[in-house]
This record gives sequence, C-alpha cells and structure tokens, in this order.
Amino acid sequence: MTVLTVENLHVGTDDLALVSDVSFTLAAGERVGLIGESGSGKSLTAAAVMGLLPEGVHATGSVRLHGVPHDLVGASERQLAAVRGNALTMVFQEPMTALNPAMRVGDQVAEVMLLHGTRPDRTAARAAAVDLLAQVRLPEPERTARAYPHQLSGGQRQRVMIAIALANGPSVLLADEPTTALDVTVQAQVLDLVLTGVAERGAALLFITHDLAVVATVCERVLVMYGGRVVEAGPVREVFTRPRHPYTRGLLDASDLTSANGRLRTIPGTVPAAGRFPAGCVFRNRCPRATGACATLPAWTDGAAGGGFACWHPVAADG
Amino acid sequence: MVVQLLRRTAVFAVSLAVATVAVFAFMTVLPGDPARVALGVNATEEAVAATRAEFGTDRPLAVQYADWVSGLPVGDFGRSYVTDTEIGPQILDRLLVTTWLVLAGTAVAVVVAVPLGIAAAVLHRRAGGALISGFSQVGVAVPSFIAGILLVTVFAVRLGWLPSGGWTPPAQDPVEFLRRLALPALALGLVQGAVLTRYVRSAVLDVLREDYLRTARAKGLTPIRALLRHGLRNAAVPVVTVLGLQLATLLIGAVVVERVFVIPGLGSLLLDGVANRDLLLVQGVVVVLVLAVLVVNFLVDVAYTVLDPRLRRAG
Repeated sequence: MTVLTVENLHVGTDDLALVSDVSFTLAAGERVGLIGESGSGKSLTAAAVMGLLPEGVHATGSVRLHGVPHDLVGASERQLAAVRGNALTMVFQEPMTALNPAMRVGDQVAEVMLLHGTRPDRTAARAAAVDLLAQVRLPEPERTARAYPHQLSGGQRQRVMIAIALANGPSVLLADEPTTALDVTVQAQVLDLVLTGVAERGAALLFITHDLAVVATVCERVLVMYGGRVVEAGPVREVFTRPRHPYTRGLLDASDLTSANGRLRTIPGTVPAAGRFPAGCVFRNRCPRATGACATLPAWTDGAAGGGFACWHPVAADG
Repeated sequence: MVVQLLRRTAVFAVSLAVATVAVFAFMTVLPGDPARVALGVNATEEAVAATRAEFGTDRPLAVQYADWVSGLPVGDFGRSYVTDTEIGPQILDRLLVTTWLVLAGTAVAVVVAVPLGIAAAVLHRRAGGALISGFSQVGVAVPSFIAGILLVTVFAVRLGWLPSGGWTPPAQDPVEFLRRLALPALALGLVQGAVLTRYVRSAVLDVLREDYLRTARAKGLTPIRALLRHGLRNAAVPVVTVLGLQLATLLIGAVVVERVFVIPGLGSLLLDGVANRDLLLVQGVVVVLVLAVLVVNFLVDVAYTVLDPRLRRAG
C-alpha cells in the first residue's frame, strides 16, 4: 500500500528553480534513502513535503498522504497542522537548536500528543511522554522529562526529537540527516532508534543522508538527487552495484575508501549555487561523459528491477 | 537559585551604597553654602556660623554623610534648610504619585507595543508591517511633553472628555483618579510604546527564525500558535531588558510630564527643590530615583531567571 505519493514536485522562489519535477512514492513500512551532495535539493524536498518551506519559497505539484483527502501542496496552514506531527512527522539535522529552550522536554513530547488528541488529557500525555523517553533509551526518563534541553547532550536531544516524531504513530517519518550533527559514537544508536521506531509502527521512512554505507544497510530503495532533480532511482542493491547515471557512479567512487592508490576519489568541480545549474542535464558541466546532446533535458529511462535514470549517456549496465 | 539571589542582593546593596556616596559628594561639591543661602548676602559671619552649627554643615563631611545616610533606611531624609520641614514624608507622598504614573505609563507602553510589535514582525514583508514600523518611527521621534501637550489640546481642550491636569488620590475618588491619570499615562506610555514596539518586533523576528519554531510547526501548530506558545517567552528576554532600561527613562519622562499636567509627583518636587536651592531635598529625591532604578534592574535580573531556564544554575 502506498502511503506517500509525490508527483511533479517543483520548489522555487519567484525567480529560481530549486527542486524540479521530483516524483516518488513510499509504501507502508518501506525505507527509502535520499542521497546527493549538499545543495542538491534533498532537504528542500523534505521541507516541501512537510509544507515547512522557508518564507519566499513555494512548491507546486502534488503531495498526497494516505488517509488525507486533500493535496498537501497548496493546503491551508490549518489543514497542514492537522497532518504534521500526527500522520507525517520529521526529525531534523540539528538537535541542539530544535527544542524550545524554555520548556521542559517532557512537556514538549506531551504537547504533540495533546495537540492531536491521541491522549485524553495532560496526565495521560505526560505519562506517555515518559514512556516514549524510555523507548528512545534516555536514562532516568522520569527525571529527563523534567529537564530543560540545555541540560541534555546533542545525542539526548535528538532522542527527544525522535520521541516527538514517533509519539502519534506516524505513517511517514522524514529523517533529514538525523545523525550528521552527532558524535560518531552515538550515531549508530540514534539510527537504530529511528529504525526500531518506524518498524514497530509500520511507518514509511524517507532517510536523507550523505552516508551511502548507511543507505546500503538500512534502505530498500534509494533516490539520487542532483541539481534539484532525481537523476537515478531504484532498489539499493541495483543502484549501488550497477549505477547507470554518471553522478551516482561518481558518488559511489567518492565514498569508496579502499580503492585506488590510497587517494580519495572526488567528483570534479563543485555543486553550483542554488538555482544556477545548467539547462538540459543538470550534471553536464561536471560530467566526464557529457556531449552536445546533454543540452537537452534527458528523459527518464526505466531500468531493470523497477529503477530508472535520467541520462543520455548512461554507464553501461554491466559496468 | 538561592546563591544567585544572594549574589544579586549583595550587588544591589553595594551599588546603592556607592550611589549614596556619589550623590552626597555631588551635592557637597556644588557651590553655595546652605547657611548663606538661608540668611542672604548681608548676614554677619557670626550669624552664618550659628546657622551652620544649627544645620550641622560645620561638621566634617564624613560625619555629615554618616548622619544623612544612617537616616535613609528608616525614611529620615533630614530637615529642609529652606522650608524647615521633614523631607521624608514629602518624598514618600510624591513617590506614590510618580509610581502610579510610571506604572500606568508602562502598562500603556506594553499594551501598545506587544501586539503591534508581534504584528509588525509577522507581517514584516507586507504593507501592514511597514505601516506599524513607520508609525513607531514617528512615535520614537516625539518627546513625551509634546505628546502630552497634543493630548491635552485634543482630549481636554477640544473634546473636553478628560481633565487637562491635576491629581486625585485613588483612595479619595477612584473614578476621578483614573480620569486624571489617563492623559499623562498616555503621554508617557505612547512614546515609550513606540520605542518598545521596535524591540518587540526585532525580538519576535529573531525568534521566528529559530529552529524550535519550525519544530513546533512540525508538531502540528499553526504558525501563529507556534509563535504564541513557543516563541513569545523566548522573545521576552530581550524585551524585558529594554523595558527595564525604559522604566528609568520613564522616571525622567515623568519629571517633565508632571510639569505639563500639574501633577504633584517626585519630578515636580525635584524641580521645586532645584528652584529653591533646597540641596538636602534634591539630594533625597535623587537618591530615591537611583534606588528606584536599582530596584528595577534587580527585578529585571530576577525576571531573566524566571523566563530563561538556561540562566538558572544549581546551588
């Protein structure tokens, strides 16, 4: 069953196109990775799905959530508020600033349940909040519930954010680099909490990350974004072993620490500023395979095993 | 919390002690011997010496200071050299009047500034926000005595709705008290409100950019409710700082506004004291004003710890 359907999503300001023509679906319980360099539009895509775009940035297209009768794109704030934090939740990259510094963390967890009426009253919501804090393995949950955010570490604050995101049993959880800002030593634990949390609730997970190894172990499907476009998509095994788009190829090479003569491989050039990607294929000014044909936007080619890519000169399927 | 409170109290006490020394020193350094002022230029040296002995100004300065300062805690500000009356009760009387005026002015300022400042921040990209900012800019430029005169012209002289001045104590006639308080409080408060509006606007704009407000919206709060429930308390810290500073300005503004509206407050007492060369009276009023500012600062510090848990320390 499909719980989230994104179709022809475009995000931009009045004069810049930031995300173009993004379409994907999430099935119930499915874990999908969204990868790409910084500035390729991953976070904006997630923000557009949540309806939390910065001021002056607009989305068009369609975002449909199972069980919600209206499109999330163009919905009123009141309509969106009923969905956010309930069926559709999000964990952000930066836990240090994501919690209200003037409110006890237990109250911040309880609030999301009271808002959506999933607990009958304040006492029940407080008790449920302590329960959730225990589930995300915070020490002494009773005491932690009475703590203020500044009394917790970054990892602990991210656990609180995860508790908030899981509180109402969402059908879709968007995780925007939830472990990037954390110490390496706690990244695995926090990742594990996200995975256990969505598994227990049968929620679909859209996992935005730079870490291809994590995507390989955690996700079933992967979307590769560059220049605000999805350039390749498919089952993780397929995309990671037989990438067709030169950009995917480059990303995989760059993350392969064992290869070559001890030197790290990189993708030549840098990501252009937002909205300044070339016309036609967005990758053509950095692509080793680019030709004159690439000045025309490459059409989507369905690949093997349900995946696909957008490239005029794909890497050979066996390579 | 307790330790912090004790530390703040100690700072408060030391500041007050230093302030009394400074005020006393200033008044002593001013030219003009109170005895000569009292007796006139033709008085004999003997008469002046006798009056100095009567006033106690022939004693060493340290003794005079100790004598004066030891009376302050019990409200004994000494006897005026000019009017030969006790200064303490006069100051107390007038302080009460000025306190009403300043509190009412602050209330007007807050009632004006908080909603307007929030609206200006939320609408900052639209015409409404620019309009509010423009009005507050004009308000900042208007001194409170001009505002007072304008208000008197319109509401007292033209429309005749409210009295143009004078004072009625609240215990005597509460309705008349409010009627007479209204215009001076507006004169003081509207101008301060214009200044405060700008600070509320910028504090709210800062908070609107905070990650936790995005979190609040991600939890299912509409933007306005997210701001009200998660933003305002955090925006209050800088606003309270400014409000504390403004209370000091309001005390100064009250001196002028009391003149315009013929209100028997501390400001008019101070001006009378200066006009009559009543040094001891001026000294007393200034110390009370300093004390008021210190008390406000102390309360602002306490308000910080209540508003922002990060400023509380264990112990």
